[in-house]
Amino acid sequence: MAVCIAVIAKENYPLYIRSVPVQNELKFHYTVHTTLDVVEEKISAVGKAMADQRELYLGLLYPTEDYKVYPSHMIKNMAVTNSKVKFVIVVDSSNTSLRDNEIRSMFRKLHNSFTDVMCNPFYNPGDTIQSKAFDSMVSAMMVQAS
Amino acid sequence: MESLTLTDGEQKYYSDLFVYCDTDNTKKVASNGRVLDLFRAAQLPSEVVLQITELCGATRLGHFGRSQFYIALKLIAVAQSGLPLRVESLNSVKDLPLPRFVVAKNEQEARHTAMYPDSENQGSYQGVIPRPPGRGQVKKLSAHEVIQPCVPTVEPQPDTTSPVVSPHQSPPTSPHWRKHKRQASGGNIERQPVVVAGAVWTPFREAQAGPVVSGDGMWSANSPPPVQESWVSLKDAHPPSSSTLPAIHCSPVQENSSIRTVASATTTNETQRHSSGGYDDPWKITDEQRQYYINQFKTIQPDLNGFIPGSAAKEFFTKSKLPILELSHIWELSDFDKDGALTLDEFCAAFHLVVARKNSYDLPEKLPESLMPKLIDLDDSAEVPDQAPDVGYSGSPVEVTPNKSPSMPSLNQTWPDLNQGNEQWETFSERSSSSQTLTQFDSNIAPADPDTAIVHPVPIRMTPSKIHMQEMELKRTGSDHTHPTSPLMANPPDLSEETKLATSMKFVTVNSGDGYSSSDSYTSDQDPITSVVTRQRSHSGTSPEGLKVVAAPPPPPPRPHASHSRSSSLDMNRSFAAVPTGPQLAGVVAYPPAVPPRPLPTQTSGPHSGHRSDEGLAAHSSTSPQQIPEQPNFADFSQFQAFAASDQPSDDGEKHPESLPVEKSSEGAGPLRTVKSDNQEERAAATVNSAKGSIMAPPPKPVRRRLKSEDELQEEALPLKSNVIATVLAAQPSIPRSVGKDKKAIQASIRRNKETNTVLARLNSELQQQLKDLLEERISLEVQLEQLRPFSHL
Repeated sequence: MAVCIAVIAKENYPLYIRSVPVQNELKFHYTVHTTLDVVEEKISAVGKAMADQRELYLGLLYPTEDYKVYPSHMIKNMAVTNSKVKFVIVVDSSNTSLRDNEIRSMFRKLHNSFTDVMCNPFYNPGDTIQSKAFDSMVSAMMVQAS
Repeated sequence: MESLTLTDGEQKYYSDLFVYCDTDNTKKVASNGRVLDLFRAAQLPSEVVLQITELCGATRLGHFGRSQFYIALKLIAVAQSGLPLRVESLNSVKDLPLPRFVVAKNEQEARHTAMYPDSENQGSYQGVIPRPPGRGQVKKLSAHEVIQPCVPTVEPQPDTTSPVVSPHQSPPTSPHWRKHKRQASGGNIERQPVVVAGAVWTPFREAQAGPVVSGDGMWSANSPPPVQESWVSLKDAHPPSSSTLPAIHCSPVQENSSIRTVASATTTNETQRHSSGGYDDPWKITDEQRQYYINQFKTIQPDLNGFIPGSAAKEFFTKSKLPILELSHIWELSDFDKDGALTLDEFCAAFHLVVARKNSYDLPEKLPESLMPKLIDLDDSAEVPDQAPDVGYSGSPVEVTPNKSPSMPSLNQTWPDLNQGNEQWETFSERSSSSQTLTQFDSNIAPADPDTAIVHPVPIRMTPSKIHMQEMELKRTGSDHTHPTSPLMANPPDLSEETKLATSMKFVTVNSGDGYSSSDSYTSDQDPITSVVTRQRSHSGTSPEGLKVVAAPPPPPPRPHASHSRSSSLDMNRSFAAVPTGPQLAGVVAYPPAVPPRPLPTQTSGPHSGHRSDEGLAAHSSTSPQQIPEQPNFADFSQFQAFAASDQPSDDGEKHPESLPVEKSSEGAGPLRTVKSDNQEERAAATVNSAKGSIMAPPPKPVRRRLKSEDELQEEALPLKSNVIATVLAAQPSIPRSVGKDKKAIQASIRRNKETNTVLARLNSELQQQLKDLLEERISLEVQLEQLRPFSHL
């Protein structure tokens, strides 16, 4: 039950953000925004310890009173660029049955869909994501997760 | 004029024609306009027409009444069949073919449409016409077929018209028609678009033979749109038909394939192509279209089997001036394998969609089946729309050779190799790898995090120093990991690591213990463990003591420790040493070296082994896995005494009692092992081994043990096993006894072994359960830890 899913670009602006409950969307947006700081911190903490691979899944950020926020910072240690695109999932705390693996799989799906979008030559990085396939995947995730 | 007897078909046909000609609805047609056109369409010499007219009495009347009209039609048929025109022949000729008129296809469609007044007649023609020739299956019409009886392009109206008058009649078309007719309205509907196209054509190609397009041909006719606008008008007609098209997919398909846009007028430029929304069905690509697409493909990529990179495709399609969003959607649909490049099939599909869009067709949500690349075994059948899957026609006539399939990466969502040079591709490849490595990450990371109880199988055969270093490193890096490693993930690796552990265990030293000292669970029992370990090494005499000692501490090894698994046996030891909280997974924990000792006690017990083992077993089974230490104790103790004297060659120390595994049926506890008190096992094993060795354990056993030490390690898990083994071993020595005794002994040993097996199995299941519980606990602990961690960070 992801209540909010967001894709943040490298420059920390959202490429895609979608919330389930139509109300309090702004609150979600703020939450997502604050997670960015935590994400940044985590990234810096990891530092250069890992030479070859970075941790993709940062895990649970923090449980707010209502929700837990899971960010996943995708650092692609490519030779050329680090995409630094972040995926954030906000889940409802009431659903504690969400296992870690489930969250990971959600991120994986997000990642896959995101790369599909990227594949599209008509998509300019930095544009908001308007792919219907991506939308449908996200919607499915938000519904199914509950 | 003699009365005219008409067959039903003729009747119908004629009446249709009459109505068609009866524009004024006066029930009589003047000898002009349509009638003349109709007669002209019959392609009879004008004098014949005159004669007919005269014969039927129209000349007299000055107009064609219904009867005259019918007579005229019949005479036309007669004339067309080559018979002399005679009034008498009207009724005498049997089986006269219906008069054929060259009409535009439109009529066919019009048939059921409201355009009845205009084109319906034509449609009726169509229906009738097919009859005579007898249904043919003309699947493959020659390029020039179709002559659709159609009223001469009289009505260029709304869409129906278009009588693409084909200069010649080709009987084969009839079957088509008939076929279409059979399709009932559906077929006609199909025609409609064709007709529409035809209609469009007509204005431009009236005089010309134009692309001979039968109803179907219209499809192809669409391709070479004379003018862009025509297409636009076409589109109006298309939508209505398109909806029905899918239903009749089959027929049109057939026809389409047969249709050749002969017209040739493929001179159209790209835009026209774009506009020519030849959608048969509406997504079918006609041959001509396909050829065009292929040509276009070649301009970008000469190799038909190659790919068009995304950027080139982007430029190309941007020329079509569609909005980027739509282009993006088209790309999503057509890039089937999601590789960012277009193969010929994908390109054709994309092009087709662009054309469709240009004609204001809405883009489908999913790729229509006819556009799907057929070269690959599509797993994404989900994309197949609900269109009447014309599997038979396999949607688009895939002309591309199957060679493409290899070139296309699997369509699954698996990431194909995206090294296309585009950095995005690299991203993908990386991503793919990263996604795959996600799990690996976990496993890797888990170990790093000493807090996580996950035991990571660190596949390292390390020297003691190495192990130590590794542990230290793990400890160091572990703290950095924040994410909750999944214990589950770590566990499987544990199994594999067992062997490593076994080896590493040898080297377990206090150092490694230090490494783990930081972890909560490990602190306490380091010493005993290490000592145990050392003891194990030494085997021999120490084994008993070792066992004892081991028995004492082996607190349920910190089960889910990642560290445990891997790398070092140390972990195991530690886990043993560290009072394992919660249920001890029956000390099954990896205990690689432990195996050897086991046989010892067993053997020493010898005759008593039976008892002892039973006791031990009983004890084991009774002792819930939680008391891991106890279990080994049982085994150990019982065996101890038995073995006190027996020294087992220490070389067995490292090896698990291979024999143990042999006996054990519940090796499944292996994973447990890692978590559980390996030490115990080791100790037990050591003792067992030693005992075994001492007691003339069957030679193969010790040998086996040695050989399989590594393997055993993994499987060892329960101290119970040691008991079992002990039992077994015990039984064995008896075998060599006298024959008579042997039989009994064998049977007895068999019995005992079976009992042991069952007991062990039970124990194993219990331990498994414990393991699960422990893992869950660990998971929850980790989660808590994670939750706390950020705060600690901040």
